Amino acid sequence: MNNLISIHTVRFIFLILLQVLLFSKINFLGYINPYIYILFIVLYPVKNNRISFMFVSFLLGLIIDVFMDSGGINATAALVTAFIRPAVLKFSFGAVYEHQALKFSNIDFGQKLIYITILTIIHHFTYFLFEIFNISKIIFVLQNTLFSSLFTITLCILIMTIFSTKSK
Amino acid sequence: MQQIVNFIIRNKSFLFFLLLLSVSVGLTIQSHSYHKSKFINSANSVTGGVYNLSNSVSSYFNLKEENDKLHEENARLRAILNNQPSTTNTYIDTTTFGAKYKFTTGKIIKNSYSLQNNYLTINKGRRDSVKQDLGVISSKGIIGIIDNTNSKYATVISVLNTTNKISGQLKKTNHFGTLSWNGKSPRFIQLTDIQKNAKLTKGDTIITSGRSAIFPKGILVGQIEGYKLDFTKNYYEIEVKLFNDMTNLEHITIIENKDKKLIDNLLKTNE
Repeated sequence: MNNLISIHTVRFIFLILLQVLLFSKINFLGYINPYIYILFIVLYPVKNNRISFMFVSFLLGLIIDVFMDSGGINATAALVTAFIRPAVLKFSFGAVYEHQALKFSNIDFGQKLIYITILTIIHHFTYFLFEIFNISKIIFVLQNTLFSSLFTITLCILIMTIFSTKSK
Repeated sequence: MQQIVNFIIRNKSFLFFLLLLSVSVGLTIQSHSYHKSKFINSANSVTGGVYNLSNSVSSYFNLKEENDKLHEENARLRAILNNQPSTTNTYIDTTTFGAKYKFTTGKIIKNSYSLQNNYLTINKGRRDSVKQDLGVISSKGIIGIIDNTNSKYATVISVLNTTNKISGQLKKTNHFGTLSWNGKSPRFIQLTDIQKNAKLTKGDTIITSGRSAIFPKGILVGQIEGYKLDFTKNYYEIEVKLFNDMTNLEHITIIENKDKKLIDNLLKTNE
């Protein structure tokens, strides 16, 4: 248990530093950035206290906000993602999730991809909706969501594959 | 009563979600209005320290370009020194205004240009007498206005911030308007409220007007890339191409107008 907490604490800090020092500076084609800190929300243990999970996600977003001077945009997006996650888990994994026997290391790639895609799109849509904060620019919101999502999903899959702890 | 308690217990995670959501949405709304993001900003010792550390490494990658820029500026300043400007010039040269403006140099430790409301972080703070509402420029033109400060760091509201409004004018005539950003491209900002009877040509230089006490008159902004009349058909909407490459900045100069307090007090008595 202690081991599990320490892994998530290290991941929390590491993802924040990686996000603010590296991934927020990519600005591919001028404005496309991946938001890989949602990996923390993606990989958080399935068996959890929902309230503390939401609070930790909120905190994660808020710390990113402090670094990026973005008010509460990341906090809002992370919180919404954390709140919706159980429903997404149920949708993408179905029975495995219901039986509480879900381990991220031993599920097949397709399901994992669907799960990450849905979470990423929810996160990015909320993020850009609040960042642009202007409903008349909804096309711009959707365009940003699409491009950044593609970038984030690719990177998340890559990072998960590289750091996977699956024993052979 | 029992039912209320039951309701709260049953829906506690949803209520907690609503609570946190209202906090974060509140912070977001606050950040969309000028000068309001008091708590969530990167001018504190932790974030400032992290950015300072990362900048001390990454600044080596741009040394060559920065050197070139400094050379350019040196050459320009030497030219001014050697050819004292004639008094008939339409702009007021700030180098002759030693007493009124105080210049402090600094370095950007965090740059941002891809968001809607961009803030920069610089390595000068209250300790270096940097205060809110001072102007920030680079060797090529305006960058922004100081927002929050702590003892060692300060945040700057970039010109690439949809809440930022700066007074600008044409260099060749005195028609003035408001510089703002529509959030689209980091290379262009918009100059609005220029009267229809102003004569515009593509390539005209836009400078700050000196009407607010933040920037002196004559700081370079950019050149006209295109213009059209706005929906009232009385004012021009001008697309201004910035002289500064906002995506590649390092050395900055902070301008303090020593008469700002006097001017502000005067304006206050008028209200």
